[in-house]
Amino acid sequence: MRRESRGNPKVTGVLPTALEEATKIIQALLLAGKEYICVMKLHSQVPKDQIKAVLDEFHGPIYQRPPVRASVKRRLRIRKIYYVNFLEMNERNVLFKVGCEAGTYIRKLCYDIGEILGYGAHMQELRRTRAGPFIEDEGLVTLHDVSYKFAQWRETNDESLLRSFIYPMETSLELMPKIYIRDSAVDALCHGAHLAAPGVLSIDTKIKPNDTVAIFTQKSEAVALSKALASTEKIMKMDHGFVAKTKRVLMPRGVYPKMWRGSL
Amino acid sequence: MQRINIPWEIKRSLAVKAEEETNPRFGHKPEERPIQDYIKFGIINLDKPAGPSSHEVTAWVKRILSLKQAGHGGTLEA
Repeated sequence: MRRESRGNPKVTGVLPTALEEATKIIQALLLAGKEYICVMKLHSQVPKDQIKAVLDEFHGPIYQRPPVRASVKRRLRIRKIYYVNFLEMNERNVLFKVGCEAGTYIRKLCYDIGEILGYGAHMQELRRTRAGPFIEDEGLVTLHDVSYKFAQWRETNDESLLRSFIYPMETSLELMPKIYIRDSAVDALCHGAHLAAPGVLSIDTKIKPNDTVAIFTQKSEAVALSKALASTEKIMKMDHGFVAKTKRVLMPRGVYPKMWRGSL
Repeated sequence: MQRINIPWEIKRSLAVKAEEETNPRFGHKPEERPIQDYIKFGIINLDKPAGPSSHEVTAWVKRILSLKQAGHGGTLEA
């Protein structure tokens, strides 16, 4: 019984699921910050003040070794905890909310909190309340909703049924810094070319070199994920040269006309 | 305590470098894509149930919507 409850805690919540072509944006979501609500089970009664104090210690960068069952190499790595908020407790169950960098293991976090408390603890229940821009309170659908609405659409042909729960893949990029480009620059990027200064129409503030940026058309269609080669300020002043290196093309070729000269 | 920027709280604004009209003949605003494209370039904010793995849940979505491909953004496992 005990093994069962430890080995398979209830884990639910926000799981952005990309369809077909949209699977190309998954990389952006994998790197996005997450938020969880967690029930941690203490192995002994601990006063509330002591728990709060220990949770506070986990704010900021922490060292974490991925758990045994993890799918990545088990070497010590640093992850940022944006916030850990104690919510409530009931005997040995502690409810808390945590905002963290991608790749933080909450099960491990619970274990480590238990170690610092000195009595041990484990993750009892976990619910993801955010993955990048996707949050629990906005447009979350169950598998049941998906299957019901899809069947309804097949029957009635009413597109609004699908549009009510499927979002454009661009939604995934909402939190990323963006660069909007000219129509004439789009197809070159779709062929893997890097973005040059003359193609830039507008650009988000606070971009630093090496930041991952999302490149958009003026119609707000995602073109590519790129790595910025200069800061916003510098890019604004550039009249030639590359400003962003294309990492992942998101738009199929040929949606926009080919306005660039080939190598012939 | 060290202040860490929370990614979903960073506020940015757009700086305009040049202006140009986009040609309506090419592409679509994402929300105005024809329904087949809308699905193909779509993403669902799915509430993963307890029990099945993220991978299994994604496979179900793929089957329910009769898709060629589907993938999830960040495994959600115990």
